[in-house]
Amino acid sequence: MGLNLEELRRLEAKANELRHMTVDTVLHAGSGHIGGAMSVMDIMTILYYRFMRIKKEDPRWEDRDRFILSKGHAGIGFVSILADLGFLEREQLKTFNLTGSDLGIHLDCNKAPGVDASTGSLGHGLSIALGMALAARQLNKDFITYCVLGDGECNEGSVWEAAMAVSHYNATNLITFVDRNRCMIDGDTEDVMKLEPFADKWRAFGFDTREIDGHSFRELNDAIEHALKAEKPVAIICNTIKGCGIDFMAGDFRWHYGAINAELAGKCHASLDQYYQTCLEGKGV
Amino acid sequence: MAGGISYTSDETTTLSTGEVYAKMLCDLAEQDPRIVTLTADLAKSTKIGAFMERFPQRFYNVGIAEQNMFGIAAGMAKCGLIPFTSCFAIFTSCRGLDQVHTDICYQNLNVKMIGSHAGTSFGQAGTTHHSTEDIAIMRSMANLVVIVPADGLETANAVQAAVAHQGPVYLRINRGFDQAVYDNMDYGFEIGKAVQLHAGTDLTIIACGSGVFQAVQAARELASVDGVKARVLNMHTIKPIDREAIMEAVHDTRRIITVEDHTVIGGLGGAVAEVIAEGGMACAFRRLGLQDAFSPIGLHEDLMSHHKIDANGIIETVRELLQLDFEEDDDWTDEV
Repeated sequence: MGLNLEELRRLEAKANELRHMTVDTVLHAGSGHIGGAMSVMDIMTILYYRFMRIKKEDPRWEDRDRFILSKGHAGIGFVSILADLGFLEREQLKTFNLTGSDLGIHLDCNKAPGVDASTGSLGHGLSIALGMALAARQLNKDFITYCVLGDGECNEGSVWEAAMAVSHYNATNLITFVDRNRCMIDGDTEDVMKLEPFADKWRAFGFDTREIDGHSFRELNDAIEHALKAEKPVAIICNTIKGCGIDFMAGDFRWHYGAINAELAGKCHASLDQYYQTCLEGKGV
Repeated sequence: MAGGISYTSDETTTLSTGEVYAKMLCDLAEQDPRIVTLTADLAKSTKIGAFMERFPQRFYNVGIAEQNMFGIAAGMAKCGLIPFTSCFAIFTSCRGLDQVHTDICYQNLNVKMIGSHAGTSFGQAGTTHHSTEDIAIMRSMANLVVIVPADGLETANAVQAAVAHQGPVYLRINRGFDQAVYDNMDYGFEIGKAVQLHAGTDLTIIACGSGVFQAVQAARELASVDGVKARVLNMHTIKPIDREAIMEAVHDTRRIITVEDHTVIGGLGGAVAEVIAEGGMACAFRRLGLQDAFSPIGLHEDLMSHHKIDANGIIETVRELLQLDFEEDDDWTDEV
């Protein structure tokens, strides 16, 4: 079932709200991984606000769908969702990165309710997600595990160990996303360590691989609906823009991690408002 | 809760240590459906293939990909299963360490890691397959319990205790057959509690793993030949270590020797040294093990002799230590 206009509007509005919240968190923290948080936001938004079965009152509900943010450095964006869902207090976001806070750059699942795994060391998430998917099968449960990797992260050999195994076990209850924003700390992914032909690599590892616009809720929706019914594991390569929604950050690898002050935060908010309008117009919302 | 299983040496005499581990795990798995096993193309080598035959649906061979194995085990534990990983000790403590550290120990997950072919027990394979740093590495991981059983029956006890314990456990076992220290399992195995195997007041030999049998042999010979009364402690749990037993030994015997098939840096010897240094009582102290070196290749028993962690090596060190002049003073309060 495709996205209707009302649902599309709801998701666009939610993603915009979450991006604004993230800018505020970065401002309070003084700095943060804002670029990658913005690029992955639409993927997380459609999962948490359309697909995932979770209970707001019970973040540890054993039959919940799981979400593994393998690119753990985007935690500063993920906490916006956790706070919006009520797993965290909104006031807690102001403590992000502060000494003694329960919320650090790479979220601790034993301190932040709603976080299904402590990630941050890259190349770990897909294996953990596979363990959850295999456990679901072992325990006769129907929960789905969603895993989002960064593209730079796919330099890690362990990603491909996991990919091989996802395919070997035909773990169709696990859906893999790659946030293909083409940036890593030291530059363009193709300059630092070439990933292309990237989709071919996933196909070669046995995945039903789709390449989509990772900022299009319609394309995300279609790809996820397909993945939920597919007979082999699906990898969704989401072409995204680092810093998406903030004009002076967009596509600039230097905003992998950065500091913002109140003035810059104001510019971020203004730019996000403008981007939101563009989305509504450009996508026929 | 699975447990209550006891074997005697009659039932295990034909089984290698790895086979006893697999037998116990299969018996526990009959009682507890949460137990699953994973290996990295080492089903045969680690003997967990027996589990595969009995519970094929609960067995995962992930191929030669240790990092992935530990990550998968973490994910499984998060959903309520009790995964046992079976892999060589060197690949558990080195190759897969980032996942062991971050996915399992940091998240405090209920994963049980069996590191086999430990120390120099796969002697002929060379340093690529010796595991002589794993105790030091693994005991530095927060949340992790580290157990080094002395023989097959103690391994069976340790496996049972690992299932009963909520949290990550590293269990270090040898390749092949260990010389039997115990003839049954009913000697009161408890995580974190050393077992005294020989009484003595002249000195204490604290050993783990294959060093335990050698320490007992040495103590017997020292008693009969030298008239020396050596206490032997089987320090099967390296973390949490039995501080009380160590300090009691320092108090009672004032001479301590540690024995391990492992580097003397940071392993059993290091752990005991830390306790003694903080304990405030002086004593004469020697650590037997690999002296900041990689091992040559060879049969396990030959390598133990080479590294002076067999009975002869221990006796030699005991005689040397007994020559040291040491204060005759029962009042320890002035030592602090």
